[in-house]
Amino acid sequence: MIKSLILRAATTVLLGLMVLFSVFILFRGHNEPGGGFIGGLIASTAFALHSLSHGPRAMRRLMWVVPRTTVAAGLGLALVSGLLGFAGGGAFLASLWSPGGSVGSPLFFDIGVYLVVIGSVLTIVQALQEEDE
Amino acid sequence: MFALVASVFAQSFLAPIIGRRMPLRAGWILALLPASATAWLVTLATGGLDQPVLRESLPWIPALDVFLSFRLDGLALLFSVLILGIGALVVVYSGGYLKGDPRLGRFLAFMSAFMGSMLGLVLADNVVTLFVFWELTSVTSFLLIGFDHEDARSRRSALQALLVTGGGGLALLAGLLLMASIGGTHELSELLLLGDRFREHPAYTAVLALVLLGAFTKSAQFPFHFWLPNAMDAPTPVSAYLHSATMVKAGVYLVARLHPILGGTEAWIWTLVGFGGATALLGGILAVRQTDLKRILAYTTVAALGQLVLLAGLGTAQALQAFVVTLFAHSLYKGALFMGAGAVDHETGTRELSSLGGLRSLMPITAVAVGLAALSNAGLPPFLGFIGKEELYTGALGSQAYGQGIAGVMVAVNALLLTAAGLVFVKPFFGAQVATPRAPHEAPVSLWLGPALLGALGLAFGVFHGLAGDWFVSPAVSSIVGRPQAVTLHLWKGLDPALLLSAVTVALGVAVFSAWSRVKAGFDRLGTWLRFDSDRGWDRGLVGLVQVAEWQTRAIQGGYLRTYLRTTLAFVTLAVGLTLVFRGGLVAAIPLPDATLAHWILAGLIVAAVATTLLAHTATTAILALGVVGLAIALIFLLFGAPDVAITQLMVETLIVIIVALVLFRLPRLTPFRASLGRERVFNAVVALGFGALITAITLALIALPFDPFLGDEFARLSVPKGHGRNVVNVILVDFRALDTLGEILVVSIAGLGAFSLLRMRRGAR
Repeated sequence: MIKSLILRAATTVLLGLMVLFSVFILFRGHNEPGGGFIGGLIASTAFALHSLSHGPRAMRRLMWVVPRTTVAAGLGLALVSGLLGFAGGGAFLASLWSPGGSVGSPLFFDIGVYLVVIGSVLTIVQALQEEDE
Repeated sequence: MFALVASVFAQSFLAPIIGRRMPLRAGWILALLPASATAWLVTLATGGLDQPVLRESLPWIPALDVFLSFRLDGLALLFSVLILGIGALVVVYSGGYLKGDPRLGRFLAFMSAFMGSMLGLVLADNVVTLFVFWELTSVTSFLLIGFDHEDARSRRSALQALLVTGGGGLALLAGLLLMASIGGTHELSELLLLGDRFREHPAYTAVLALVLLGAFTKSAQFPFHFWLPNAMDAPTPVSAYLHSATMVKAGVYLVARLHPILGGTEAWIWTLVGFGGATALLGGILAVRQTDLKRILAYTTVAALGQLVLLAGLGTAQALQAFVVTLFAHSLYKGALFMGAGAVDHETGTRELSSLGGLRSLMPITAVAVGLAALSNAGLPPFLGFIGKEELYTGALGSQAYGQGIAGVMVAVNALLLTAAGLVFVKPFFGAQVATPRAPHEAPVSLWLGPALLGALGLAFGVFHGLAGDWFVSPAVSSIVGRPQAVTLHLWKGLDPALLLSAVTVALGVAVFSAWSRVKAGFDRLGTWLRFDSDRGWDRGLVGLVQVAEWQTRAIQGGYLRTYLRTTLAFVTLAVGLTLVFRGGLVAAIPLPDATLAHWILAGLIVAAVATTLLAHTATTAILALGVVGLAIALIFLLFGAPDVAITQLMVETLIVIIVALVLFRLPRLTPFRASLGRERVFNAVVALGFGALITAITLALIALPFDPFLGDEFARLSVPKGHGRNVVNVILVDFRALDTLGEILVVSIAGLGAFSLLRMRRGAR
């Protein structure tokens, strides 16, 4: 934990903004530069910075699940979106879109990627921080 | 047939439930399916040579020519009847043997799974299917031998059996695939029609060696015979079923099955006759050295398997006829003897010959059952075993070369088998009663039904040998030979050389039996003098293997990141670099880059940053300099129009800063470490430069190739209509090539969890 008042104050504000931005990046990714991987990296940077300034306990309170659960949830979501392909009569991971093409199974797949990235990075950050305690 | 195999496997899932709910009746209930299946097969068999050859095929991996094909011909029928019939009796027997044991359900589940595997093996008509079932029998056998898993000896025996038969299985897989590629099909029935194509193929010797390695390990042929007696640590029903009547016959089955395409060559004959004969003799000698009922029986099984291999090797119609009769007779009497020995063990609490005697009046039914089986084993008329022995002699004498020599060896083996049968029957049941750990009384019906029925069948098929010949032997021989072959069996063929040899055998056997203690002492001395012990050799080999593994782990897995990196990079540089050089991939002309000023500035920045990294004295400096490299690369991505990759690179650089901030205090100072490594540093530099040169060479070679824009254009074209997205990179990631991404996020997860558990481990150690 880095004891710096400036960092503390900054990250409190930054956290919300960055997570919001990461979600924006995640959803716009299908048409503009962005996507689940980049979004996940941004969100994990936000949480990691917060954890660095406020300590791992604060992060645990903030996330209300351990990062490993996020990894599992992300993998599960990606898998389920892949299985949706069967529901559409296609192969595993075949895409399935709503009429008009605004919502589709690849979107859920991308959210899965997003969650896996956040979970994995934060698992490492948390484990490293708890080493110090 | 698929339904039959599948239902036997399904039964193995039901067994634990039935075993828990109705422990007393579980054996009887679970025997219903195999018993009724046996009845169905026997009705088929009564058609004799006219019985239909059934065939079924379900697609499994059709693209690779792998089908779940099953085929029921004469040979498969005989084996299936033995597997299901003896299986039903053994399942009933297990119910009595493990009465009151809470693990009964699990045991019956393993037994059913084995039954299904074995059935699949003999019915399989596709080499891949055959191999899968072959391995399944090894696995289920492992589970059954190691059933008493709290006993270290059981575990060792189970592992030994698995490694020996599994290792042979790998050789078999190679052999079968080689066969399939020579024949151009994976279907056995089609391969078997190809005849001389295999015998004349240059790879014939390789195929033969690989297949025989599989068969010999499975059927416990010398020098792999040692695992079978050790497998006797399994509960007795397992020994009776797997290690005498069925599984160990799998190798013999395979040899018989492949006889039409691999058999008949010099190599085939001499390998099989040589190893089979040696195994038979060794098994016979070792059998009479034992004093434990089950071990005696185990070694006689080894001997019988040797005889079977020898007969398959001789390969004449007469020898194959003897092969089938011996196999049939052996399965019947050996199953009965094992179950009888198990009943004795169960009632008295011991299997040692010296502590058994006079059980005849206490266990009359078991005595009769064991007696019937032992007489068949001894090869006395009018039992089926006698016919088998007569056929064996006729077959041996009828073969062209060294027929008399082979027959002579077989006389010795059969005399030893007769002695062993005498030991198993006479010693425990006759003579004075001996005090045993438990007070013996007659075994319950579930324990004597199996041996009594099998023993009686050995007698019945001996007397009504016409039926045995028509129903089972003729069709089986026809399958092995590859054309219809009517076989007539005889108890009395007149005064022929075979009968004379039989008389000699009996006389010799009785003589050995009456002088047993002296013969045993003699063989023991021979054993110590020869000092040959495969079992101990196995242990030494295993220890050696572990030592080699430890040595190479120490050598390769140094535990230092720099060692791993250096080894990996050096290897890749050599492997890929040599390929480039020898395949002519090196590009001599270096094209002049058409770069703008911005490119040159970024390139200069990267070079300067790398130099700073190399010369840095503290970790902080080095990491910061590396960060500059990363950022410059991100800018290059931007310049070339790849914003997604550039953003990712930037984010990763940022995250690295955060993670480094967490570990920075723990990193060692670089200076002292550097000073100590003179030669190593030079070596590192060589590897690093070499790897850099390699990457440069590959890049140049790639640029020199004409660029094929097909995939890129195609993805860009399909992105909006098929993927509903304008960002092609993202559409590729989450839609077109989503399976790759799924693999990647799995890797990311494992990396995260791996780092987590490593750090936790360190915390636990402190």
